[in-house]
Amino acid sequence: MTKHHIQTTLNGDEIDVLVEPAQSLLDVLRDELHMTGTKEGCATGDCGACSVTIDGNLVCSCLVLGVEVGGRNIETIEGMANGDQLHPLQDKFIEHVALQCGICTPGLLIAAKHLLEENPDPTEEEVRYGLAGNLCRCTGYQKVVEAVLDAAQVMQK
Amino acid sequence: MQNLRYEAPETLADATALLAAEDGMARVLAGGTDVIVQMHSDLIEPDLIVDVKNIPELTEIAKEGGAYRFGAAVSGKTLMLHEDFNKTWPGVMDGVRLIGSLQIRGRASVGGNLCNASPAADSVPPMIAAGAVASVIGPNGARDIPVEDIVTGPGQTCLDKSEIVVSFLLPERPPRSGDAYLRFTPRTEMDIAVVGAGVNLTLDDDGACTAARVALAAVAPTPLLVAEAADALIGTKVDETALEALAAAASAACNPIDDKRGTVEYRIKVAGVLARRAAAIALERAGKNQ
Ligand SMILES: Cc1cc2nc3c(=O)[nH]c(=O)nc-3n(C[C@H](O)[C@H](O)[C@H](O)COP(=O)(O)OP(=O)(O)OC[C@H]3O[C@@H](n4cnc5c(N)ncnc54)[C@H](O)[C@@H]3O)c2cc1C
Ligand code: FES
Ligand code: FES
Repeated sequence: MTKHHIQTTLNGDEIDVLVEPAQSLLDVLRDELHMTGTKEGCATGDCGACSVTIDGNLVCSCLVLGVEVGGRNIETIEGMANGDQLHPLQDKFIEHVALQCGICTPGLLIAAKHLLEENPDPTEEEVRYGLAGNLCRCTGYQKVVEAVLDAAQVMQK
Repeated sequence: MQNLRYEAPETLADATALLAAEDGMARVLAGGTDVIVQMHSDLIEPDLIVDVKNIPELTEIAKEGGAYRFGAAVSGKTLMLHEDFNKTWPGVMDGVRLIGSLQIRGRASVGGNLCNASPAADSVPPMIAAGAVASVIGPNGARDIPVEDIVTGPGQTCLDKSEIVVSFLLPERPPRSGDAYLRFTPRTEMDIAVVGAGVNLTLDDDGACTAARVALAAVAPTPLLVAEAADALIGTKVDETALEALAAAASAACNPIDDKRGTVEYRIKVAGVLARRAAAIALERAGKNQ
């Protein structure tokens, strides 16, 4: 199969990668770039564990082909903390124990960050709708919602 | 998919030529929320993917006189961010907003929702109710097809394999017009319609209905335009009697299947209820839209 040479920006770094046409962006991130923070839960768009942003647009990376992302700006969970300094959402997820097994957490954090960028002071209902594309089998969502609402308060200060 | 080729042409002519030249299975790629799922689940094994998102005609939203034209590959998210379009066609946007999650709408297009040809596609009934016309292009030229004529069966359209939907034209809206779409699902988000109903209507200065279109989803092998249901509204003040007649006509048009989401009997009943509720919302919106 012919591989395509893709140049793109990932978490602020210019990268080059060879991808096969059928490879999803998720597989490119995990298998070619060894960025395994982004998780696969379903590969069919249902769980949101693979959430990333492309040019600021929140998407499921399992439903994007790697060949589509040349010249784009991709943000994954690996770009969320600033060195050792966690993002307020990450801090609040820990503080509120908004995770158990953790497989949904990278996707939830990316979706929550995107939500707060668009709506810095959401209501509880807006948080629940904003995260409706992210499934979690462990937490029951309550602690996740509390963590996001708390982070929103901190981030507005 | 060992020999899958990916092309992202920048012109309509290149796109249709690529599709026409492919002997194996070719698929147009818009947002990929159906195509890539089907590839992952081995339902399809395409030889060629033609990504149409680099073609300007498929990604623009523009006014043509008083009418709106938007590209078939415009994502739901992009439509949601277009304030005037949302104000003009709130019912179309009811349907778009119901597609999947934020992540799905970040990619999913109305063109893909239509061409995937699911009887339960949420943006299709309000587009039919709106009187939207698809502009289609192929190697032998362009044609305009009303949206209700595109889907011919589950997963089947009237398009030739080398044709693509370029854009949709939604007619200029007279004053006192309103539209709405409702679907019934067990969950509020991320579920497939058990039944969907879209209503678009226009009132005169006295509040009498001068024009209406009603469309249903998930109650037949294709989305349905139900002329009898619209006739029940036209000439009335969309009062209780008219709404009852609308509900009866909507139920009578159904030809559904039994499945885990709902029985035949249930779908027929809910189609009437939803059509009636959608009409009430469309009426209220028309009243506000002087
Ligand atoms: C988790 C999840 C939830 C979903 N929820 C809903 C929902 O609630 N309601 C709903 O209606 N749908 C839902 N869908 C289905 C899907 O998101 C929609 O049908 C979407 O609108 C498809 O658009 P797309 O741009 O992603 O299409 P694609 O996947 O790119 O294409 C779909 C089909 O149309 C063809 N096609 C696309 N564009 C054109 C064109 N311009 N000309 C000719 N052919 C074309 C493709 O070849 C393909 O066969 C969901 C999907 C997922 C994964
Ligand atoms: S892995 Fe992409 S949505 Fe589940
Ligand atoms: S913490 Fe286990 S799935 Fe969410």
